[in-house]
Amino acid sequence: MNERSFPKINQIIDIWERKVSNLIPILQEVQKEYRYLPEEVLTYVATALGMPLATVFGVATFYAQFSLEPKGKYIVKICDGTACHVRGSEVVDYIIRKKLDLSEGQDTTDDLSFTVERVACIGCCGLAPVITINDQEVYGQLTTEAAEIVVEDLLKRNAAGEVH
Amino acid sequence: MLKVTNSKISLDQLSAYRERCKEEFAQKADQVIILVGLGTCGIAAGGAPVMQAIQDELLVQAEAIKQRALDVVVRSTGCAGMCEAEVMVEVRRPGGHRTMYGQVKPDLAKRIFVEDVVGGNPVEDLIVHREEPGVKPGGVLAKQLRIALDNCGYIDPEVIEHYIARDGYTGLERALSGMSSQEVVEEIKRSGLRGRGGGGFSTGLKWEFTHKAPDEKKYVLCNADEGDPGAFMDRSLLEGDPHAVLEGMIIGAYAVGADEGYIYCRAEYPLAINRLRLAMKQAEEKGLLGENILGTGFSFDLHIKEGAGAFVCGEETALIASIMGARGMPSPRPPFPAQRGLWAKPTNINNVETWANVPRILARGSDWFAGIGTENSKGTKVFALAGRIKKTGLVEIPMGLTLREIVFDIGGGIQYDRPFKAVQIGGPSGGCIPESLLDTVIDYDSLIRAGAMMGSGGMVVVDETTCMVELARYFMKFVQSESCGKCVPCREGTKQMLSIMERIVSGKGEPGDIGLLEELSAVVKEGSLCGLGKTAPNPVLTTLRYFRHEFEAHVEDHRCPSGVCRALMNFFIDPEKCRGCTRCSRICPVGAITGESKKPHSIDADICTKCRLCLEKCRFEAIIV
Repeated sequence: MNERSFPKINQIIDIWERKVSNLIPILQEVQKEYRYLPEEVLTYVATALGMPLATVFGVATFYAQFSLEPKGKYIVKICDGTACHVRGSEVVDYIIRKKLDLSEGQDTTDDLSFTVERVACIGCCGLAPVITINDQEVYGQLTTEAAEIVVEDLLKRNAAGEVH
Repeated sequence: MLKVTNSKISLDQLSAYRERCKEEFAQKADQVIILVGLGTCGIAAGGAPVMQAIQDELLVQAEAIKQRALDVVVRSTGCAGMCEAEVMVEVRRPGGHRTMYGQVKPDLAKRIFVEDVVGGNPVEDLIVHREEPGVKPGGVLAKQLRIALDNCGYIDPEVIEHYIARDGYTGLERALSGMSSQEVVEEIKRSGLRGRGGGGFSTGLKWEFTHKAPDEKKYVLCNADEGDPGAFMDRSLLEGDPHAVLEGMIIGAYAVGADEGYIYCRAEYPLAINRLRLAMKQAEEKGLLGENILGTGFSFDLHIKEGAGAFVCGEETALIASIMGARGMPSPRPPFPAQRGLWAKPTNINNVETWANVPRILARGSDWFAGIGTENSKGTKVFALAGRIKKTGLVEIPMGLTLREIVFDIGGGIQYDRPFKAVQIGGPSGGCIPESLLDTVIDYDSLIRAGAMMGSGGMVVVDETTCMVELARYFMKFVQSESCGKCVPCREGTKQMLSIMERIVSGKGEPGDIGLLEELSAVVKEGSLCGLGKTAPNPVLTTLRYFRHEFEAHVEDHRCPSGVCRALMNFFIDPEKCRGCTRCSRICPVGAITGESKKPHSIDADICTKCRLCLEKCRFEAIIV
């Protein structure tokens, strides 16, 4: 076990009363902090809660929300619910990945600026196809042009060093 | 004492308090209320700048408003259910005159303000819906009956007094004023309410099981893990009327004898979670939730748990495992949660829409509720109407309407008046219903007979531009990736089914594939523990049942009749139709389209990735698939 201490993680674990039943919210907070779940942090959480690493790892890999890989500063979620699917989410996905220069199978840009994810329904089916950025901005009824404009705007914001 | 008071109310003060809320929030004679729909859909469509424009205009027009002696109030509200018309702005005048404007942009909001609010002349070209006192609403709302959605789009969900003024917490008041917990259970049983989350089990019976379980500690849970792709009624309900769900849960806790509860909500619904948190805080301040509710000695402690993205957690035993911090994997029933649920205690779990119906049943009586709907399906059901339809949105209809009435009378028919092909109901557990069955009556039992299911109420309409085989592959992919892996038939079976489906849509289907799919379907259905596995093959099976010819075209002729499956298509340009406008060559991401300006272009099939962009761009229908 390494000697590194994680004061911020300790704080999170304390807020959630060091309870095993709060593992999911603990991991959610940790991921907010690091934008992913680093392996050493998972080990630390397991030790602090007195539970096997395998269990923590099991939970971390079970839920779609958790990532064991570093994610980009901007997370673009492309909804692939049924309504978005039949209204062309695939084309939107294609355009966005193209614009961000992501190769096949790659989800995060090399400079860790952008991550593109296809997610299950985000519940805006009436406005399909829909994408969200960092869970805060929602763009609906996307056409290919609109998707291009959104990405171009993101690229500009990233260059300007703005986060949200 | 009214609005500012945060002190707790007692049971005998509640009705007087409600009267005061009604007075306070009744529309005054000089009042014009402007409501902006700010649910997730409203925000997505650009609701915030519209709100800003209206607030700016309120200042700009201050003088004119004063001259006309108007009192203009601006409020936000939840989703009115007309998603295609977002951003929605309503101008409400005293006496029940409601004018709803759709697709409002900031500049149009200014126009509405100047012409309607101040000038008193409705902006006719922007009106999507109108209600006058004493006139039955027409249009989209004509065939609807709103019980669960009653307040959505009407009240400001962030103000508890608005809910109370709409007879909120009347159901709870009745339950706690001398009704025994057994009597509340009986009332729900008599109403005929069935679970709105998909299963359709009798809510009253479910409550009775937990009520009878001999244990001191019990729980009630709200399943807000709305995972069905294509369903969003729970999100709209939580965002638009969170107190209805809270009140339902408090009544349920009283009936089954629970003192603690959890709302398990998808993390993908941040706005719903925020509004729930706020609603819980308000209810606690008023003494409607928490310790010693309304001074009656009954206590109920409620928590929110955020999901972490797992469809299977919508299954009740998986949801319980997830609340306890574990992987969300279902466990065999029995024991049912009513005997042994959360922390091994008796637990009653209902879905958001079910909970939202409860306070209305208590307030208006089980006879009223049982008088709506069909013989075995009472009340209303909210459907999320989406896909290739003109009017997407949430619709709440009395059970017993036909699918045709929903798709054509309420939904306005298919986009661009293309021919109807199918309606997918019930998400990945449901199925596709073809045109020949459009007159199927909506209730739990007849939908199952048609091969679909009520599910949580997602209704995705597709037209001829959707390939049914590809759609079945889409659902297969969904259930395969969401299978928790516990039962081998589901884990491995869905994987094999998906690989066959992928083979078929990529033109490599082999003779015998269809038979193999049917065989696998039977195994997956039989050998899985939970609803996910038991219903996973449904989309493939109903597609085989009603659209077998499409399957056969893919497998035998390697042809996609809808022109969707990329591997089975070739794109070329019709030189007769091409005007050489260069739109296609400019959009093509791989440079496969070449040609001089104003002369017919051509596509190099070796470079073309079949991304369909040119097809969308072309104004002359010159791209042939």
